[in-house]
Amino acid sequence: MNKNLDLFLTFMKIGAFTFGGGYAMIPLIQREVCENKKWLDEKEIADIVAISESTPGPIAINAATFVGYRTNGFSGACIATLGVVLPSFLIISLISFILNEFQNFKPVRYAFMGIRAAVLALILKALFMMFKKTKKEIFSYILMATALVLTAFVKIDAVFVIIGCGLFGLIWSLARKKEQKNDTD
Amino acid sequence: MILIELFLVFLKIGAFTFGGGYAMIAMIQVEAEKHGWLSPEELIDFVALSESTPGPLAVNMATFVGIRTDGLLGAVIATLGIVLPSFIIILIIAKFFERFKDSKGVKGVMSGLKPAVVGMIGAALISAARTVFFPEGLQAARFTQVSFWLPLGIFALTAVLAFRKVHPIKIILLSAAIGIGAGYSLGL
Repeated sequence: MNKNLDLFLTFMKIGAFTFGGGYAMIPLIQREVCENKKWLDEKEIADIVAISESTPGPIAINAATFVGYRTNGFSGACIATLGVVLPSFLIISLISFILNEFQNFKPVRYAFMGIRAAVLALILKALFMMFKKTKKEIFSYILMATALVLTAFVKIDAVFVIIGCGLFGLIWSLARKKEQKNDTD
Repeated sequence: MILIELFLVFLKIGAFTFGGGYAMIAMIQVEAEKHGWLSPEELIDFVALSESTPGPLAVNMATFVGIRTDGLLGAVIATLGIVLPSFIIILIIAKFFERFKDSKGVKGVMSGLKPAVVGMIGAALISAARTVFFPEGLQAARFTQVSFWLPLGIFALTAVLAFRKVHPIKIILLSAAIGIGAGYSLGL
């Protein structure tokens, strides 16, 4: 089969059958891309996950672009990204139209009354998972609190929060390294 | 023009969110409020629907906001906006991969970004909680209303389930069922 067509179909399948975002997609990408198609090996997939975490944007898109590029260059990257996005796009468009028609129906209104409360629980869980992944040190806690207050109450543009915290992390890690060097001298 | 605005806002969100879809919610909240694109309730509904449909949360959210704001074309533009930064950045990194991976600078920046993401998800939680529990601001009268205690009960129950690793779709379906049952039996 044509490689681009193969990439497109594989990533369309990944996009259509993973619920819950990027992290849920990783095992499926692994199975399809390593075991079935043998486009990449296990180590490369682990690298892709690491890179996707440290670059902006949806993890699924990052992974699709990366695998597509490694497999078939620029056209591969375009095709794989398109493939992973397309199912979401079609399904959401459809749901949006249906929702528009039915959102004033009583059962739908009641259902969303319950669902909104459950979304809080899902966000809380996401918060906890990310918290577990951060280093437990005073520097992290200060940044967490600052980012929270600035975003939630000061309503500052999140872009400045991200840039500021990234810069802070960079300066802090450089300063600490210098300190360690001085200690060993 | 609304299409250009949509594109630029989602380009920005795509370029500056790390750590997956949930970190984006705070950013979309602020932008949607600023531009008057959707109500806080709609945004929470979109999070739920994005979680219960396949595909990346971020892409689902962008498509939703885009379609609600400016129809199908809006959806295409918003989705393109959120995908483009990732796409370009990854293409560049794929070329200089080895150097990027072990870069001390990247590690340093990430040590600052991870806590920032936690703070931003926290902000999203606060804002969403305000929408669900106190839509009209903090009022003592809320504590006597069913429309306060019912969501609080559902939240407590679903939080326990979420931490016991029950799948989000099951949690959403259960909460919808409770909402329908309670809505009819209490005559809300």
